Amino acid sequence: MTLLDLTLKELWHRKSQLISGLLAITLGIGVIVGIRSISVESEKAVAVNLDNLGSNILVLPQAASIDNYYSADIDAPTFPESYVEKVVTSTLPGVDNMSPKLTRSVKIGNENIVLTGILPKSEIASKPIWQSGGLFGNQANASCAPKAGSQPAKYADKKLQRKGIDTLAGYDCFIGSSIAKKLNAKENGSLSIMNETFTVVRVLPETGTVDDDRVFANLHSVQALLGTGEQISAIEIMGCCNEISDGLLGKLRNILPDTRITTIGQIVSTQIETNRLMKKISIVFLIIILFVGGISIGNYIWANVNERHKEIGILRMIGYQKRDIYFILVLKALIIGLIGGIAGYLLGTLSAIWLGPQFAGIEVSAIYSLLIISIIISVIIAILGSLIPAYLAGKIEPFSNMQED
Amino acid sequence: MLIEINNLTKTYQRHNGAINAIDDITLGISKGSFVTITGPSGSGKTTLLLILGGLLQPTRGRMTYNGTGVNLQNEEELAEFRSDHVGFVMQSFALVPYLTAMENIMIALNVKNRDKAENKKRAIELLQWVGLDDRTTHYPKELSAGQQQRVAIARALANNPDLLLADEPTGNLDPGLSAEILGILKEINQKHNTTVVMVTHSPVAADFGTKKIQLKNGRLQDHELNVNVEQLIN
Repeated sequence: MTLLDLTLKELWHRKSQLISGLLAITLGIGVIVGIRSISVESEKAVAVNLDNLGSNILVLPQAASIDNYYSADIDAPTFPESYVEKVVTSTLPGVDNMSPKLTRSVKIGNENIVLTGILPKSEIASKPIWQSGGLFGNQANASCAPKAGSQPAKYADKKLQRKGIDTLAGYDCFIGSSIAKKLNAKENGSLSIMNETFTVVRVLPETGTVDDDRVFANLHSVQALLGTGEQISAIEIMGCCNEISDGLLGKLRNILPDTRITTIGQIVSTQIETNRLMKKISIVFLIIILFVGGISIGNYIWANVNERHKEIGILRMIGYQKRDIYFILVLKALIIGLIGGIAGYLLGTLSAIWLGPQFAGIEVSAIYSLLIISIIISVIIAILGSLIPAYLAGKIEPFSNMQED
Repeated sequence: MLIEINNLTKTYQRHNGAINAIDDITLGISKGSFVTITGPSGSGKTTLLLILGGLLQPTRGRMTYNGTGVNLQNEEELAEFRSDHVGFVMQSFALVPYLTAMENIMIALNVKNRDKAENKKRAIELLQWVGLDDRTTHYPKELSAGQQQRVAIARALANNPDLLLADEPTGNLDPGLSAEILGILKEINQKHNTTVVMVTHSPVAADFGTKKIQLKNGRLQDHELNVNVEQLIN
């Protein structure tokens, strides 16, 4: 009969009290686990959607505006291409793909077109909408999606894949659907731009965006053609939405201080706000649970101490030290925390799996790492809640058992 | 002398002033004696017993045990003193309700020895000695009052104490069971040479003592035992 045996026997002896003591902590942990399980899946789902939209962060020269980016003014400011390397070498988490671009408005015949120099590999990877359009396969993958689903984009046609990466190094070009019609350009035909002849590798499918009026050529060819040197007018970045909300923009600004870094569209900011809101809700719940759970456990242990007044007196009488009494009560809290953490995790996970598809339209799966977190939080709450009652229990006199019932 | 106490006083602060439950008592208890403490209610019997057992800290005074001073103001030291030297038998039996007879003894053994197997063996031996070897797995509520008191006695003997303190051990028992329990205490005293100090209201129980102390208003009434320090030392 050790103090652990004694604690377990006492817990079993007062089962109904144990259940009521566990209820608050189990429900609390269950709520946290449920919210977290659903929000993680929600973030993943939005991340997939966000990735499918392509780049979401734009790096522009300090003096440039968004209008410059779209209008491609001849005098639009530029910055060195070496900035791309700065970002790459920084190995910032959340930068999934980068596409440096040099954009200028040029004339072909009587038509004004937007000539955009790109480094094709990153451009392709950051434009899943093209892939889904059938040019490079039909599998769009989310950079922020779970690891199992984040394999590189699959290309149906290996030849095209190779072409997309390598042949643009020369004087090949992709041409937007709208400008292709205006110039009557055909695939494998030629296109003269500023006295240089480019081969039209592909007419891009209609996207309904400014890209329909663009001609894409290799960045370095465009730089040579325009005589800009190793300058670019923008870097499009596909940032992981979770990292954006965790301050990716600020980190990029530190690396590229003399640039203007912004997010594209409202989607990102909306998602950032949603993620922040989910995190805030989780934190608010965590604080509430800490208070309510701690007080509830404290109240339970204190009621238990009062009920065990004589028992504690007996233990003190037969020679147990105060520290043994503290140990018994904290051990009890630890056991309750452990059971509460596991039960809360199961409750939260099963609820999320059941309720997620019905109320949020999201398939939720168990997040096993939350089990450890649940147990840690639950045990901390239980132990904190038990400290004052344990301290007061230590003050019980060893002759308390001599008082008659 | 097993125990010597000098000028022991215990004062309680009450709303209507201070009360001396024990008032400047000096006495010695020799090894192997069976001492009974009697006196009217409120005379300080139980308070004296609690101080002798290291359960209560006196307001002032000194105590030596086997010639060694006991720090009566140090709770940790008193707890060690209790587990090393003292066994307690209480009127209310003081058994843990959710532990079996055997476990109630084992929990006392666990203070000094963490070996479960050894403790179990010793607990069964003790229960055999008090005639309850067929009740090892019974809970206190499944035992009669006399059986519960025998379990309490077995627990009191768990760590081989030199001193057994009993507070009204027959207070909740009928005369037949009282005689039985008193007989066990006498046997412990005589066969194991364990010093027994028993508080009782019962004149019959008091007659079991080889030495009798009478208290009134916290002071000794029996001058034979009320010796001074010099006499004790000599």
